[in-house]
Amino acid sequence: MVDATTASPWRGSRILSGAGNLWRSLDWPLRIASALLILFVIVAVFGPWLTPYDPLTGSLRARLVPPAWQEGGSWAHPFGTDRLGRDILSRIIAGARISLTVCVMVIAIAGAIGTAVGTAAGYFGGWTDRVLMRLVDLALSFPVILLALLLGAISGPSFANIIIVISLVLWSQYARMARGETLKIRNEDYVDLARTSGLSDVKIIWRHILPNIAPALIVIATLQIGVVIVLEASLSFLGVGVPPPAPSWGSMVADGRSYIASAWWLCIVPGSAILLTVMAVNLVGDALADRINPALRGRNI
Amino acid sequence: MKTMAPPLLDMRNVSVRLGGNADSLPLIENISLAIAEGETVGLVGESGSGKTTLGMSLMRLLPPLLEKGLSGEIIYAGRDITALSPAEMTAVRGGEISMILQDPMASLNPIFTIGNQLKEGLRLHATARGTLEERAIAALESVRIPSPEARLANHPHQMSGGMRQRVVGAISLTRAPRLLIADEPTTSLDVTIQYQFLELLKDLQRRLGMAMLFITHDFGVVAKMCDRVVVMYAGQIVEEGPVREIFHRPAHWYTRALLDSIPTVDRTPRRLPTIPGSPPPVAARPAGCRFHPRCANAQAKCLESPKVLDVGAGHTTRCWFPLQAQRGAA
Amino acid sequence: MLKIIVTRVGEALVALLLMSLVIFLLSRLTGDPVALLLGDGATEADKAKLTQDLGLDQPLPIQYLTFLGDALTGDFGTSVTAGSQPALQLVLARLPASLSLAAVALVFTVTIGILFGVLAAIRRNSAVDIAARLIALVGQSVPSFWLGIVLMYIFAVQLGWLPTSGYGQWQHYVLPAATLGLFTLAAITRLVRSSMLEALGSEYIKLARIKGLSEAVVIWKHALANSLIPVITFMGTFFAVMITGAVIVETVFSWPGIGRLAYESILSRDFPVVQTVVLVITSLFILANLAVDLLYVLVDPRMRSRG
Repeated sequence: MVDATTASPWRGSRILSGAGNLWRSLDWPLRIASALLILFVIVAVFGPWLTPYDPLTGSLRARLVPPAWQEGGSWAHPFGTDRLGRDILSRIIAGARISLTVCVMVIAIAGAIGTAVGTAAGYFGGWTDRVLMRLVDLALSFPVILLALLLGAISGPSFANIIIVISLVLWSQYARMARGETLKIRNEDYVDLARTSGLSDVKIIWRHILPNIAPALIVIATLQIGVVIVLEASLSFLGVGVPPPAPSWGSMVADGRSYIASAWWLCIVPGSAILLTVMAVNLVGDALADRINPALRGRNI
Repeated sequence: MKTMAPPLLDMRNVSVRLGGNADSLPLIENISLAIAEGETVGLVGESGSGKTTLGMSLMRLLPPLLEKGLSGEIIYAGRDITALSPAEMTAVRGGEISMILQDPMASLNPIFTIGNQLKEGLRLHATARGTLEERAIAALESVRIPSPEARLANHPHQMSGGMRQRVVGAISLTRAPRLLIADEPTTSLDVTIQYQFLELLKDLQRRLGMAMLFITHDFGVVAKMCDRVVVMYAGQIVEEGPVREIFHRPAHWYTRALLDSIPTVDRTPRRLPTIPGSPPPVAARPAGCRFHPRCANAQAKCLESPKVLDVGAGHTTRCWFPLQAQRGAA
Repeated sequence: MLKIIVTRVGEALVALLLMSLVIFLLSRLTGDPVALLLGDGATEADKAKLTQDLGLDQPLPIQYLTFLGDALTGDFGTSVTAGSQPALQLVLARLPASLSLAAVALVFTVTIGILFGVLAAIRRNSAVDIAARLIALVGQSVPSFWLGIVLMYIFAVQLGWLPTSGYGQWQHYVLPAATLGLFTLAAITRLVRSSMLEALGSEYIKLARIKGLSEAVVIWKHALANSLIPVITFMGTFFAVMITGAVIVETVFSWPGIGRLAYESILSRDFPVVQTVVLVITSLFILANLAVDLLYVLVDPRMRSRG
């Protein structure tokens, strides 16, 4: 057990100086993007403690108040209020939480399933490979939005629904990449060695294959975050995503659509939130992807 | 030995720096080199000596940063090509000065057929007779490619390495340039093919009467192909002379070390002699004679930049204590 | 090469068949239209009769086979909500609007995308490059529904240059096509830019210059030809993006296309129309992918000998 009072440098200070060096190595756009992302995560995680008002209840007296910098606005409601008098800033903060939750869950689920399928296909080859890849192709043949609409119509809009639907869209990308990367290293010496030493297939995949294909998969995950956010927003906009009154940024835009000419902030503020967040994600994701594997540059779909 | 006619190519004090400022790092420095009509000059040196940069500077195909750092004069057939506009230089390329690159697979565009790539160049040569098709077939015949009519429709990946390099040769020579720069053209070929390709080049040279600058690190190739040899080290020319002189009476210690490190069949090999150390990076070149840290004969005076000394007929070297002088003195 | 074509076409057909099954099952799951159609005051007898009329009392496999059989003869049933119009007719009537919009968006996206990509590559780090990269970033990040609304607000409501909705003249196409195509434009710009940069540094470009070819030929023939291959690969996903985009854009701009039809019919549980629309869209999708696959084989000579 390490004595906390030893004179060796505090781990934390090494992390801090490492972070400092990383910050210095970034150019301006990346710095802004990273700051925005960190802000997004903080706001999403600490949302309930940060909202000045309850995002779900509004006061009808304070309907359609313009943002603070406009005529008639005040700093009590920096981004104004919507048609039910709900504070938009609070709803934006709550919406961030929704977006982040959906992202994390989707990437976890899609990533797990996709990686499992792809790795199995690549490792075992033969029939397993053919069958699983047919499945992947099939998944890719179906236009996603129709699936989302259908599922939304079947069981009504719900949180679980949207996570399932978006996962169904994205898992096949992980499967493809996992299969490709597994194929590349499947015949390497260390895998052969593990096999001859009697290690079970599952153990081999877990210990040897997964850690080596992880970087490529992480790249896919980072590039997908933006896609998830936009997809969730689009589905919520169409009414088959996160159910009201939950303040998903997408449904906020849908709500505000008819007021575009009179109360433009109802639409513009949540839309800008989506835009800025996804831009930041894409910038950081690209830079990360470059660093991990420059060969994947530009392949963003 | 100075020829009576003015040289075809005359490089005067050419330097290529990593940028446009006078204090940017020079990749090659104060290169003065002349090539006569029909002559074959070998340019020898380790990687990093600057020989490829020299070749590219003659074609004015340097990357933009290095292009800015190009200084000196390159007189080709009486014109200073460093002063030409991009359009004028485009006219010079292919028609007057041409180049063969090292890797034939990479040099050919994988998407277009051989015929397409040949005819492209041929189209620029307006004065020749015959249809493009006939001329393309003739070009392939001149580099001894069998069944040329069929080959025209092939794509690069359908041919062997040796054949691809011959096609590159045909393409580079379609307009009968007067100067050909060959940058390690046989390095990526099988040893058995190398000899054939060199024979072909020699034959083409005779027929077209062109001069060649043969960039290589292989002295065997030099012995076979070249009339004169230029030895480069760390961006400078350290020795220059007729091929027999260089081989039998090298004057620079570096040249001597290079020649010594070639294994020969008749000597009993004990240990292959190597040159201790490695060539200096561009940013950290030694002061004075650049070779002195690795030289067996380094002395105090070597910390001063050596002048170029005459050591024989048409034979010069950049050294304070050239080998022949040594032997003469001893 | 013929073998490749046959295999791919075969695969496409199988996919189509499987799709029809999936669609059939899914639409059945969206709920029972009988109750919806007849409303609350319907008697059991009425419901039973309608169920029988619609063929919904048969076991599922029979229903599926009936569906398939009918489909092959062109009978996709009649719309449950839109006054008994044959479903297929309904769908096909709306098809031209979607296809024309997609075509306009495709042309716009591909030409401008390639142009931007090439310009950004040859004038690296110049104003053009930075502008192109910025547009690409925004294009890949902006949600299309919001973009449509904003564009409509700026150009139709505020500036009054273009109509807010409607169909028929070229002005109606501008905003929806721009919204639909921006994402792909961004992706193509990035792809072309990075492929061009790679191509321009290659040995064969050096040889092309050595030959004495003009810079224009070097860029627009040699470099661009090699850069187009990744673009074609990308076009495979283009149609997926287009269809997603179509549903959203058509809804935002009230465009009379099949995307909006799909949306509306799903929400109103109009089975026959849902089945038909989704089947048509999916078939188009599979066909488009097939076309791209075949195009790829044709364009890249290296693929032809390998298969």
